[in-house]
Parts: sequence; C-alpha cells; structure tokens
Amino acid sequence: MTDPEITVYRLQACPYCERVIRVLNDLELSYRSRFVEPRHSRRDAVKRLTGSRTVPAIVDERTGVTMSESANIVEYLETTYGSTNSDPAVASATAGGESE
Amino acid sequence: MSFAFDVVELGSVDHPEIGEQAPDFTRPLVNEEYWEDTALSELTDEGPVVLVFHTMDGDFPATYIWQEIRNRGWNEYDAEIVGLSISSPYEHSRFLEEWGMEAFRLFSDPQNRVAERYGISHELDGMAGLEEPRPAVFVIDKDRTIQNGWVATEWPEFPPYDDIEAAIEEL
Repeated sequence: MTDPEITVYRLQACPYCERVIRVLNDLELSYRSRFVEPRHSRRDAVKRLTGSRTVPAIVDERTGVTMSESANIVEYLETTYGSTNSDPAVASATAGGESE
Repeated sequence: MSFAFDVVELGSVDHPEIGEQAPDFTRPLVNEEYWEDTALSELTDEGPVVLVFHTMDGDFPATYIWQEIRNRGWNEYDAEIVGLSISSPYEHSRFLEEWGMEAFRLFSDPQNRVAERYGISHELDGMAGLEEPRPAVFVIDKDRTIQNGWVATEWPEFPPYDDIEAAIEEL
C-alpha cells in the first residue's frame, strides 16, 4: 500500500471538512483521514501541527504545506492540483506563501 | 484461575494456529489523539505485534486485562501492543484516557468481522444482536506469522500473561 501524501484532520459530519473531502475527490487526490473529537481540548495533535485546534487541517508531504481553514485549503488544492495548473511545485510555493 | 462457582464453558472455535499467518484486516486504529484506518500488515511491517482481542470497553474483563498489561509495562517491549474490540472509536478514546493507556492503540470493529475471520466470535447472552470477540491474544512476528497465542475457553477467563511475555521476549 502506498501511503497517501495528503493527510486530512477531520471531524465526523463537519461541513467544512466535507467540503475539503469533496474537493480532494473531485481532484482525484488520495488522502488519509485522521478523525479527531468534537471537544477542542482533545485536539492537541492538530494544534501541534497548525498552531490552532480548528479542523479541517491538512498536511501535504509532497509540498511541505500544512494548513487549516477550509477556504484556504480548497484554494490551495485547486491552485496546486487543479487542471489549470500542471506544475505543483510552482503553485504550492504561491499557495504556501499565502497561508502564512 | 478458580472461581467459587461454575464458569461458563465456551464452545469450540476454529482460530488461526501457531505457525499460520494472521489474517490481515484494516480498521480504524485509535490513539489518544485521533483515529485512522490502519492495516495489521502496516503494523507488522514495522515489527512484531501483540494483538489483544478484548471485550467491550466498559466491562470488567476489558478493564482487568488492560490494567494488567499496562501495569506489566508491555509498552516497553519491541513489539507493538494493540487491542481490538467492538467499541466505537469514541469509546476507545475515553477508555485510553480513563485507564492511563496512552502508550497503547486500539482497533475499533463494531461489526465484529475481524473476530469472525479469526474464528473467535462470541454471541452475547441477553444482548440481542450483539457479538464480540472472545478474549484472545496473538503474538505475531514481522512476517505476520503467529508465534504464540491464547484464546479463552471459559467466560470469564484471563490471558496467561507470563506465557505471553515469554513468547514476546523470544521474538
């Protein structure tokens, strides 16, 4: 089994998370899901990654990008992997910069 | 173990034997922070695994078995100790927290299919429609071969911890 390069931290039935999943599926990107719990106090794994306990959050090992906020993530995914851009390295540099 | 009353004898089962390959499966594996679909073979690729089938997280055999494993410090072995029960990931998360079991991870299999594949399913009397694994421990090497194991034949019955420790040390 090849490990997917994108990891999504998500909460069951969270609409913002589902939005990100929909985009990942539309772009035919493989990903692994890590489910966290509703209580913010139990989301230290996410906080260590992004500095915030909000989900969704993604880690993209291919580009080294870590990001939260669904709107940012969707924009990043579409810019990086959308059909209009065939060079992920160039696009990710831009998207990564915007997220900081 | 002896009781001052008759324990229930469990029927015979057809489980994988020592020397056979442990059936692979993928289920959510719960740690203290999140859960993620994980295959048994992914764990064995990293090293030996001790797979502990246990009863529902809230009952006394589950708490006895895991306190004993925790107190014996099995997490110090060069083998990954993982549990599996029909409890949901949310229940596993509570269980790990409540019993100070952060060093361990638990598979969640509410439909009990893994226990069925291992031939150790136990139909629960008085709880219509519920089946769970009977308590069992499989010591599995990095080639996914079963090196040692124990399956309960009475209800309740607890693992022969010393024998299992000896088997882990021989890996």
